[in-house]
Amino acid sequence: MVNYIWVALTVIGLVYAAITGTIDEVNKAVFEGAEQAVVLSIGLISVLVFWLGLMKVAEEAGLLAGLAKLCRPLMSRLFPDIPKQHPAMGYILSNMTANLFGLGNAATPLGIKAMEQMKLLHGSQPTASRSMITFLAINTSSVTLVPTTVIAIRMTYHSESPTEIVGVTLAATLISLISAILIDRYFAHRRMRR
Amino acid sequence: MIAFSTLIIPLLIGGILLFATWKRVPTYEMFVEGGKEGIQMAFSIIPFLVGMMVAISIFRASGAMDAITQLLQPVLALVGVPAEVVPLALIRPISGTAALGMTSDLIAQFGPDSFIGRLASTMQGSTDTTFYVLTVYFGAVGIKKMGDAMKVGLLADLVGLIAAIVVVSIVF
Repeated sequence: MVNYIWVALTVIGLVYAAITGTIDEVNKAVFEGAEQAVVLSIGLISVLVFWLGLMKVAEEAGLLAGLAKLCRPLMSRLFPDIPKQHPAMGYILSNMTANLFGLGNAATPLGIKAMEQMKLLHGSQPTASRSMITFLAINTSSVTLVPTTVIAIRMTYHSESPTEIVGVTLAATLISLISAILIDRYFAHRRMRR
Repeated sequence: MIAFSTLIIPLLIGGILLFATWKRVPTYEMFVEGGKEGIQMAFSIIPFLVGMMVAISIFRASGAMDAITQLLQPVLALVGVPAEVVPLALIRPISGTAALGMTSDLIAQFGPDSFIGRLASTMQGSTDTTFYVLTVYFGAVGIKKMGDAMKVGLLADLVGLIAAIVVVSIVF
């Protein structure tokens, strides 16, 4: 799937540029896109190092295990193929907590750790397991209690009530979370029938 | 609420460190050990991000993105979606920074308290950059076959965007 999308984006762009004469812009975009990606990855080092370091401390202190134990009934339903005591559960939960509070930068390293653990559970295969897909579905619908960045932009442009969108955002994000879980369930069942 | 979210990071850091000290964890040594993984992780993401971001840049710079937006506008106008938010809806799953730029642009142009301003704010806040999440999370651990992940993510995005439009229309 990702192979097709990747090629489609590139080829459609190239063909469209050839027809409309925007090849110069596209040439520039190739180098700018690559540079942006590297700058972004390097920029991630600081957050990755800090939060992974802190999470290692939390893990050693038994905090992740505690959090996982607390939410076990709900989690084992969402991720039926992860054993209840597995460290993946702790990472998944701390990733969700970080997302909930809008700490996107802190959430990324935790999400990657969760993925690593789920990959081990899946026999280190290069294919996505059922729990990985569920985890991604939940992540892309991003449940956020406080959309800090948006509120900041609204304040910059002198909104009379910068935070008035918190309620509607939460409602919209909950609807998308529930549908993400349902859509994921549907695809999981379809895979199993095959 | 904002005061609360600025407090959450210091509370989290302080809380974890104090609790770990009480549990007699060698905090600094563990921090360094965990942090080392972060460096390796950042480097392993680079090729995945470069590939995806170059493709997206080509797609946008060629003008194909704008063309698709214009094609979709009349259809969406029929169901009461302002044409101005269509580009934002399309770019939201693809590029977080581009979406943020468009949201700020819409808010600057129409005002934060206009219908379009509120709708853009809600759309920006209620979904995440699906392609980024897929690329980074799967890329970092070397998952090459995504299965249904992208389909599920994009369908959920679509529902989220529709939900944003409906909820904002009802409330404001």
